Amino acid sequence: MNFTLKVWRQANETSRGSLETHSVTDVSPDISFLEMLDALNEHLESQGKDGIAFSHDCREGICGSCGLMINGRPHGGRKNTTVCQLHMREFDDHDVIVIEPWRARAFPVVKDLVVSRKSFEKVLQAGGYVSVRTGSAPEANSLPIAKEEADRAFLSATCIGCGACVASCKNASAMLFTAAKVNHLYLLPQGKVEHKRRVKNMVEAMDASGFGNCTNQAECSAACPKGITYDNITRLNREYLKSVFTT
Amino acid sequence: MELKSKAPGGVLADKWNNHKFAMKLVNPSNRRKFTVLVVGTGLAGASAAATLAEMGYHVKSFCIHDTPRRAHSIAAQGGINAAKNYQNDGDSIYRLFYDTIKGGDYRSREANVYRLAELSVNIIDHCVAQGVPFAREYGGLLANRSFGGAQVSRTFYARGQTGQQLLLGAYAAMNKEIAQGNIEMYTSHEMLDLIVKNDVAQGIITRNLRTGAIKSYIGHAVLLCTGGYGNVYYLSTNAKASNVTATFRAYKRGALFANPCFTQIHPTCIPVSGDMQSKLTLMSESLRNDGRVWVPIQKDDTRKPSAIPEAERDYYLERMYPSFGNLVPRDVASRRAKEVCDKGLGVGGTKLAVYLDFSNAIERMGAATIRGKYGNLFEMYERITGDNPYQTPMRIYPAVHYTMGGLWVDYNLMSTIKGLFVLGEANFSDHGANRLGASALMQGLADGYFVIPYTLSHYLATERPELIAETDPSVSEAETKAQADIAQLLAIKGSKPVDYFHRKLGRIIWDYCGMARNEAGLKKAFSLTKDLKEEFFSDVAVSGTATDLNASLEKAGRMVDYLEFSDVMLIDALERRESCGAHFREEYQSPENEARRNDDDFSHVAAWQYMGAGQTPKLHQEQLVFENVELTQRSYK
Ligand code: FES
Repeated sequence: MNFTLKVWRQANETSRGSLETHSVTDVSPDISFLEMLDALNEHLESQGKDGIAFSHDCREGICGSCGLMINGRPHGGRKNTTVCQLHMREFDDHDVIVIEPWRARAFPVVKDLVVSRKSFEKVLQAGGYVSVRTGSAPEANSLPIAKEEADRAFLSATCIGCGACVASCKNASAMLFTAAKVNHLYLLPQGKVEHKRRVKNMVEAMDASGFGNCTNQAECSAACPKGITYDNITRLNREYLKSVFTT
Repeated sequence: MELKSKAPGGVLADKWNNHKFAMKLVNPSNRRKFTVLVVGTGLAGASAAATLAEMGYHVKSFCIHDTPRRAHSIAAQGGINAAKNYQNDGDSIYRLFYDTIKGGDYRSREANVYRLAELSVNIIDHCVAQGVPFAREYGGLLANRSFGGAQVSRTFYARGQTGQQLLLGAYAAMNKEIAQGNIEMYTSHEMLDLIVKNDVAQGIITRNLRTGAIKSYIGHAVLLCTGGYGNVYYLSTNAKASNVTATFRAYKRGALFANPCFTQIHPTCIPVSGDMQSKLTLMSESLRNDGRVWVPIQKDDTRKPSAIPEAERDYYLERMYPSFGNLVPRDVASRRAKEVCDKGLGVGGTKLAVYLDFSNAIERMGAATIRGKYGNLFEMYERITGDNPYQTPMRIYPAVHYTMGGLWVDYNLMSTIKGLFVLGEANFSDHGANRLGASALMQGLADGYFVIPYTLSHYLATERPELIAETDPSVSEAETKAQADIAQLLAIKGSKPVDYFHRKLGRIIWDYCGMARNEAGLKKAFSLTKDLKEEFFSDVAVSGTATDLNASLEKAGRMVDYLEFSDVMLIDALERRESCGAHFREEYQSPENEARRNDDDFSHVAAWQYMGAGQTPKLHQEQLVFENVELTQRSYK
């Protein structure tokens, strides 16, 4: 297969970026999108040119490193798929493919397609944990938890922190990211103890980190490669109001 | 140099308890005065950093990713073992110990393995308390499943994402400490060297991967939790950035590297599809609980799998191993798959694959049950291959997955350099010549949550190490060296990208030091890698600058270490003239092609000492003493 790529190049956070055009030829439909970029980079590097910087690591959809806007859609838009798992067979021969970094005020560009997601760390550090010291835990089966609840908590806990939710949102809000962690812990008895404080602190940290407000567009859950559902946000809103009015 | 395991004497079951009591403690008000450098934030590093910070130590944590949560432990799928015996199926700490030591083909230390089994139960308690959403039964209690190499159900899991959930638990614990200022977190920092003075570890040199800045950090102790070296094979299930650099550079500063030839090839991975393939994807071994492995009886059978009648299929694992069947340990399952493919019975385009078939299980339990158990794995398979495993069998083939070898450590997890501790996959200690499924997560967390807090405190309390000055010559020497290495790579300006060399090296090591090894092949590999090294240093193309985010430079630095490290691996494989666990030397096998161990001559840990550039490393042996288990030939028939 052959493609024309228009790739965002930007030297650093403060410099101006622009799209650069490359053609790639003879691409096997069975390779992944990132492997297609690898091939292009190998070609550039062997000519002494700078390769295109992009984040990646596990290449199996779980570490959350990768994340690209492909033709305006986070991770390329295939349902429940990170860009590292996207394969070229999903494209048509001779497609023009536009590749850009996440665009959000809270995610400044570091270089080319790499952005900084430090703002996510701030949100989790504000309360995304259960305060339990190593060594102080009770016997694991002393507290039965209904399977349905445990399964729901698991589904919220599968967030990989890639940032697709923020990138897809016209307000660049981190509501889905924050809600997923709040709900994961809220749905389990272990997390209930600190719940009120957690909700309040995490939402405040989110606002302070430069993320926009949620206006219920629900693009985030459509873009989430882990299929984290929008009702997480509904519950977060309810819990946040409760925490503000009862403390 | 004499290798002292420092394993305590006495009754096996009491060793750890007695040792804990015998070790010295650091007064809580004094802990703040000690700076501990923790490199790596996978399960071992994150759990150690969080726990030590909770105790009051001043922790500096370093990771190569933009956040600790991306360490490769995140990708572990199947589960974590613990001897809870919740299933009332005869499990016990002793049985988990026994299974692990037998699974490792009697090449690990009894005392370490017993401690691991003992701590397994605490890990589950702690992780549940952190809010790790393990799978549960309808009654609300924790669910278990069985896993390769065990006849009891002792594996705890969170669908196929157990590593993710455990790491997010440890990462959350770190976040709590980061927020309180007890952990200083350095993301996007790669360790380039270890600072050693008077044989004591004093700090590390790092490169900021975003800015290129080289900087030194001084501490009272250094913990390496930097994972394994599986990427020496280029293609593996490891993440792309997983590397041997931190441990190998510590080796060059005097830490011994133990059993580097023990590398685990995982039997159930998605087969290689083409030349540009950049990594391999594991399909959790738990699939072997319900999937049946087979190949056609006829060579070059081009029929669709569904068109091949039962009588013309060879369910070779069930045939050869009636009591364990599809659940034989990883090394056995991998070797048998290689064997059938070598005979030309492999399936798929490359003929390097066997079927893993769920049709019986789907008939028996229904597709919905199978989806509940393995849904995400089935989806992942379909995304990568385009095939739907509910309708057609998966194609699988072995792939490099885990490395049992690593830096040599004593019972206290301290290497041969004082003050340098090594945790998790980076050390060699608990899995012998083969690791059983669901025990990597267990070891990482046992080391970090429950072992190091005691043994590190003991070291600090008894040795009272002093911080060296930032101006010490050992610091500037290491910094200058790091800068010079980088300048050298950038100056080559050759014509071939780093991955060209990495692919070539991977191929050599896979062919000659992979699932089967022999003397002639290993010797050939030495000369091939020597040529490759020369070609690398004359023709590698490293673009960009030293003071910027530069993936090509990062890869080149790691590549230099793989090139040199591969020699240590080859010499270890050559010297170990026996077959044990994952190390299969073709010269040493039984008439039924099973591995033949040689306990008289090789019941030891082989630990290699760096002797200088271009010199053959020196072998040291730690004899393994078995007081409790009797060494038998493993049999899974
Ligand atoms: S590279 Fe890890 S999720 Fe894509």
